[in-house]
Amino acid sequence: MNNIKYLLLRRTTQIGILFLYFAANAYGWNILAGTFGTSYLFNTIPLADPYTTLQVLATGFVLGTDVLLGAAIITTFYFVVGGRAFCAWVCPINMVTDLANWMRRKLNLDQEEVNYRFLKRSARYWIMILGLIVSAFVGVAAFEVFSPITIMQRGIIFGFGMGAAVVLAIFLFDLFGVKNGWCGHVCPLGAAYSIIGAKSLIRVKHDHEACIACMDCKMICPESQVLHMVNKSSISVTDGECTNCGRCVDVCNDDALGFSIRSLGSSVIKTEKQAKS
Amino acid sequence: MAHSNHRRNFMATTLQSVGLAALGGLLWSGYTDSVKASPLVLRPPGALQEKDFLTACIKCGLCAEACVNRDTNIDRDTGKQRKGTLMMAKGGDDALIGTPYFIPLEVPCYMCEEIPCVPVCPSGALDMSSLLNEKKELDINKSKMGLAVVHKESCIAFWGIQCDACYRACPLLDVAITLEYQKNDRTGKHAFLLPVVQDSACTGCGLCEQACVTEEPAIFILPNDIAKGKAGDHYVKGWDAKDQERVGTAKSQTTTTEISKKDADDYLNMEVEY
Repeated sequence: MNNIKYLLLRRTTQIGILFLYFAANAYGWNILAGTFGTSYLFNTIPLADPYTTLQVLATGFVLGTDVLLGAAIITTFYFVVGGRAFCAWVCPINMVTDLANWMRRKLNLDQEEVNYRFLKRSARYWIMILGLIVSAFVGVAAFEVFSPITIMQRGIIFGFGMGAAVVLAIFLFDLFGVKNGWCGHVCPLGAAYSIIGAKSLIRVKHDHEACIACMDCKMICPESQVLHMVNKSSISVTDGECTNCGRCVDVCNDDALGFSIRSLGSSVIKTEKQAKS
Repeated sequence: MAHSNHRRNFMATTLQSVGLAALGGLLWSGYTDSVKASPLVLRPPGALQEKDFLTACIKCGLCAEACVNRDTNIDRDTGKQRKGTLMMAKGGDDALIGTPYFIPLEVPCYMCEEIPCVPVCPSGALDMSSLLNEKKELDINKSKMGLAVVHKESCIAFWGIQCDACYRACPLLDVAITLEYQKNDRTGKHAFLLPVVQDSACTGCGLCEQACVTEEPAIFILPNDIAKGKAGDHYVKGWDAKDQERVGTAKSQTTTTEISKKDADDYLNMEVEY
């Protein structure tokens, strides 16, 4: 039986955060106002998206200190604690691509895996760098021109307009095009958070002894390459591309996967062991 | 042999990656460059020059939220909140997506004294220092969102019909729009009361455009770049002592123009070449 504890928690967080943003405009609430570009928590603490901030800085514009401070706060949070959790717990596009993924399974579109030679998972890192170059070249934050993430967020706060087409396009791309195409291959924001969160404390841990190798976790995981240790060794998922979504923990019926805090000394101990042997 | 194959594959993949990155970069740059060109858009008070504004705006929407949620934005008749002036550009609007702008004919800028939209800007795209008066206080009258332009052929005041709707609607009454009296020769006993926009005072708020009674407004706001001409440095108002000073500071510049070898008669008799 599928457990949906973390899925429910995630949807609650995502929708809750979006509602606070919406209420800031609609009802004048001051809990969380603005958009991912820059927002204020309780009207005082600035929060800013690191990749958007980098794009503006790449154009050569000297941003206000609140934006820089906000970007530092967000970067520190995901660097130390959350990992790539923004993608699974905050980003509204995650709900769109998760829906596409769910429909893929229901419509049996996953039966044949097609090898897309031109779209590798590493493409996002190149797109991330390219976005900064184009920003510097054209003089406008380049990803923000069509970012479905902020378009969807602003759509919810201020109204969609034609922006809804971009969100629909992402849905169709993930449903009929590439599996996990947007979040797992293209999105430069996800790439930035993968890099930021690579060393974070919250990690999924695998227990090889308990695993019965059903591979349900790998089926559901949007970044299945990060679960390479499943049924092989009892270690934590250390890849920054893991979004900490917890779906693998939900679907595992054998308690072989669970959230844990990264033990800071583990790598040191391991190398000592290796040195002794 | 296998080794050289591997190397050849590596070279080919690298070349392919670089090529695709170049292709993507060109398409991306082209698209971005085309969507940022929206010269007719009106920005919030204190906005940097359009080119710098597009660079600086982080698209957070805090200005638009401050605008719609200001205390004064209550409809006096219904007691309900009105639509805000500032809108965040959506896909399909004539402004770069996610940037704030306004359409005076829908909702003009009411020029709030406390200017709620500007101090909240975290990025610096809305520049507070441009709105400070001599006493270093925020002064909305310093804003230059655009410039009102009168189309005299459709303005009924220019027909001789008595109308001063724009003059009355202007928040800087008798300063930003003044009335010029002229004799109406057609009737011989009436006067024209002609609205004249004063560039030095007009903030571009758009209250005049919204107040205009004609089917399509005869007075409307254009962005400063579009509405204004430029005389250039080499014309000086000799009768204006301050402007005349520019002559003193001017550096001499020698230019040579090749004298035309054609006959003057040729020039006078020549037709324009198309």
